[in-house]
Amino acid sequence: MCLGVPGRVVERCATPNGDLAAGFVEFDGLRRKVCLELVPEAAAGDYVIVHAGIAIHTIDTTEAERLLKHLHEIDEFEIPAEPTP
Amino acid sequence: MKFVDEYRDPQLAGRLVAQLHQAATRTWTVMEVCGGQTHTLVRSGIDRMIPEGIRLVHGPGCPVCVTPLELIDRALEIAARPEVTFCSFGDMLRVPGSSRDLLRVRAAGGDVRIVYSPLDAVRIAQTHADRDVVFFAVGFETTAPATALAIRQARQLGLRNFSMLVSHVLVPPAMEMILSAPKNCVQGFLAARHVCTIMGYEMYHDLAATIHAPIVVTGFEPVDLLEGLLMLVKQLEAGRHVVENQYARSVQREGNRHAQQAIADVYEVCDRPWRGLGVLPKSGLRLRQAYHDMDAERRYPSSAAASIEPAECRSGEVLLGLLRPDQCEAFGTRCTPEHPLGAPMVSSEGACAAYWKYGRRLPV
Repeated sequence: MCLGVPGRVVERCATPNGDLAAGFVEFDGLRRKVCLELVPEAAAGDYVIVHAGIAIHTIDTTEAERLLKHLHEIDEFEIPAEPTP
Repeated sequence: MKFVDEYRDPQLAGRLVAQLHQAATRTWTVMEVCGGQTHTLVRSGIDRMIPEGIRLVHGPGCPVCVTPLELIDRALEIAARPEVTFCSFGDMLRVPGSSRDLLRVRAAGGDVRIVYSPLDAVRIAQTHADRDVVFFAVGFETTAPATALAIRQARQLGLRNFSMLVSHVLVPPAMEMILSAPKNCVQGFLAARHVCTIMGYEMYHDLAATIHAPIVVTGFEPVDLLEGLLMLVKQLEAGRHVVENQYARSVQREGNRHAQQAIADVYEVCDRPWRGLGVLPKSGLRLRQAYHDMDAERRYPSSAAASIEPAECRSGEVLLGLLRPDQCEAFGTRCTPEHPLGAPMVSSEGACAAYWKYGRRLPV
């Protein structure tokens, strides 16, 4: 239910006054119009998490890459070859 | 897919599993409160890879599953009305009511439609002025901003033929209830990630301190979950109970203020009944008075027919983490996704559905 899909903002659309902010977001090649009302800071090129047609957050790419780097750096020598059950 | 595939890397996962084996010296029981996490844990076999001493208990993390039968029956009644176009997320369509489900209402001629977004339901109302469009607003804090925006949009457009049947529930009151239950065995929580994306995790600090249980906000890819588990186990081993955030790439301490504002503009907190947990104080959302004209519960009279739970369904115990799905006698025999007794077997995030789908069935 709380499924959120990460996608890249391609462009923000001009919306008439009073309408919810919107834009086109690309998900692995698939492009869809998405409501950007809750992420006013998201610009073209940013990654957002989209839930039920509405972007709920802009992904912190620095943080995402930092975590991946950190995880890849876990020292393999610390770990026994066969995990003991 | 960027920022998804990297968190499914088997080598990374293997290293984290090994670290978990090193870190865990005692037995610990931890609960996740997110149906997406439940499915990842079972699908990727994490529940079988981690040390035997770490027991994973699946909590009420599926909003479809915790929606009480009375409200499902109410939805079925409204959906069957000839003037109504009933819009819902796909998950709800096969959830059994007392005597039928939404798919059967559709088969009998009801106009029941699956929508991806509540804004799609508003669009249907806009283009079909002759139909009364009702959206079934189910979900946790993650989904509430989306449905709040739908209400705002409908009001902005001046639509009189749009209303919502609201069944939003809030996660923290359920966590508190589980830990204070007399039979509780849960010692730590993996907190639902997208709920915290919206609400932040400030509110968990007090909770963690009063209940003496660590809470780790965790994503739902396998690598996320293993790292979250590792953080949780390290805290338990050290006797600590604080709030930590594994999912920093999308969860910030204060959450999304715009989304919180959208919720506050449209909804107010209320007591709500949960399937299996009973009525929990301040655990749900209802429309504010200014939007009562868009409240489907007020718009359509109730038939007041009594709802009847199938006696054999033990989903209440499953949702509380007291019973594992495969320990239920009906599991896989008298209750299957084709012929479900209760919501957790049909919802895409239900714990029973996860155990069925990924082969945790009783030996034949």
